[in-house]
Amino acid sequence: MSLAQTLSVALLGLDGHIVTVEVDIADGLPMYSLLGLPDAALSESRDRVRAAMVNCGESWPNRKVTVSLSPAWLPKSGSSFDVAICIALLSANQSIATERIRDVVFIGELALDGRIRSVRGVLPALMAAHKAGVRTAVVPTANYEEASLMHSMEIIPMEHLKKILSWLRTGERECAQEIDLAWQPNDDRLDFADVAGQPQARLAAEIAATGGHHILLIGPPGTGKTMIAERIPTIMPALDIAQALEVTAVHSLAGTFATRSPTSLTAPIVSPHHTTTRVAMVGGGAHAIRPGACSLAHNGVLFIDEAPECPPGVLDSLRQPLEAGSITIARSIGNVTFPAQFLLVLAANPCPCGKFSGRGRNCTCTSQQVRRYLGKLSGPLMDRIDLRVHLDPVGRLDMARTDLGESSADIRKRVIAAHAIATARFEGFGWSLNSQIPSRALRSTFKPERAAMSFLHDELESERITARGLHKIARVGWSLADLHAHEIPTLEDIQQAHGLRSGIEL
Amino acid sequence: MQKINNQRTGAFGEEIATQYLIAHHAEIVERNWRIREGEIDIVALQRSGVFAFVEVKTRSSIAFGHPLEAITRDKARRMQRLALGWLATHGCFGCEYQIDAVAVLLAPDGSHTIEYRANIL
Repeated sequence: MSLAQTLSVALLGLDGHIVTVEVDIADGLPMYSLLGLPDAALSESRDRVRAAMVNCGESWPNRKVTVSLSPAWLPKSGSSFDVAICIALLSANQSIATERIRDVVFIGELALDGRIRSVRGVLPALMAAHKAGVRTAVVPTANYEEASLMHSMEIIPMEHLKKILSWLRTGERECAQEIDLAWQPNDDRLDFADVAGQPQARLAAEIAATGGHHILLIGPPGTGKTMIAERIPTIMPALDIAQALEVTAVHSLAGTFATRSPTSLTAPIVSPHHTTTRVAMVGGGAHAIRPGACSLAHNGVLFIDEAPECPPGVLDSLRQPLEAGSITIARSIGNVTFPAQFLLVLAANPCPCGKFSGRGRNCTCTSQQVRRYLGKLSGPLMDRIDLRVHLDPVGRLDMARTDLGESSADIRKRVIAAHAIATARFEGFGWSLNSQIPSRALRSTFKPERAAMSFLHDELESERITARGLHKIARVGWSLADLHAHEIPTLEDIQQAHGLRSGIEL
Repeated sequence: MQKINNQRTGAFGEEIATQYLIAHHAEIVERNWRIREGEIDIVALQRSGVFAFVEVKTRSSIAFGHPLEAITRDKARRMQRLALGWLATHGCFGCEYQIDAVAVLLAPDGSHTIEYRANIL
């Protein structure tokens, strides 16, 4: 038989499709054709597979080799099909028996000497394989940790083609090393105790972590904006396993495990530089659609420092994912949806020179420059920011204090408690965060107390807030109520929320 | 000197291929038919009545790859043009024909292996 097939997985975004790799070896001149819409990296697989086979002592069939990746209409990219192609080729060449490769998914890139290199997207690929009913997978050893998250599958890590071949021929293989798959709880390398002073910004960060409210920090350089933003994940509750799997799947696709462990339960934080492009922010790409910063920040924090310096349009491209909690990217090869439920943290200087705070004595900007600078944050985007905090330069009193500020662990305790209250309250409603309460529910089931409502109505009447602003304030009010263990938001909660939202009028 | 050697190797390979064809009941019609566009190594008429135009590749080692790898797609097409030329000049235009390739590997001890690929186009 000069016909054989193996299984692998093609990814389009996070959606995987089982791909059947068929190899036919026919009489004719030595040639190799690869069918099934391969991209450049995949077309080069021929040379990698050939070199790896020859260097492992296998013979290359000097005949007409046809490799077909089916379904043929699905564009395929990347080097992860190397191993599947190689095994199918050897099987078609009668070098290995077919019985052990049935119902096994092969994933991995071949080095020229036969070593198997890591690839991106192993976890989402295995999820798709599992959904399709495959229960065994051969993966590169370097991807073993993330692959092991699929408990319901037998994962066979392999580091060399020779080892796969000896397993397929003799049925014997080294037992996979058991790896410690403990989910890692919050890492405490960063701590809020490091932040000097800034009580208002600390409070705002706590509220943001509690209710998922987006936050803008404005202040002169050196006041701790970045420090505070970087520490917001440390006060967020640990992700649950389902959330962590979503995060790991996206990071697997982006290949960012160098900075984040696949088994981390800490909320991710992504801080793209302000020169980032729109595609890098929301995701995209022509051949393989990759997740952008806002998807890498899924279930975590997207922190944009120096927000007004962003090119026009980049920040506004976040408006849709902020609303929907996901982002759909349409390209010629297909539509891809990535999750994008993140907490947006913006930091900005008050003016181009950065000194326009307090009395602004040292500021060298003209009043028009000052106005134009923060005006770059568009109205529709700012409307989605519930907490706007002004940070003042740290005073000598704050610096002189020897007792540290509150630690992340202490704040996190309060946030977790408030979170539990909110989750219990919204049981059965289809949302879990205060920032997600629909406006209609805010006027009926989840109305703040009477005095608070009349305060809000007065503000509305005198045109100091808009109708949308009213709802936003009520949502922040609920987070404050949860933190203060009030059953419903009191007048005080609502007034505080109002203060936090309108602290800076743009 | 090397060139003469290669020519000798080539001629020897063609001789082996001819013997192989005869052994497989084909009638050798012409050898080394040469026109300006190129050369056909062997023209044979098979028992089935199909003309076979045979390209012979001879190697004394596979250090530079398998002999048949030396036949590129362009070369195979040129052979088809030559075949049509032969048929036209011999009044057989329209006859059924095929392009074959033979790899002859010569071992240092004087033995040889032959690999015959029929209908390569």
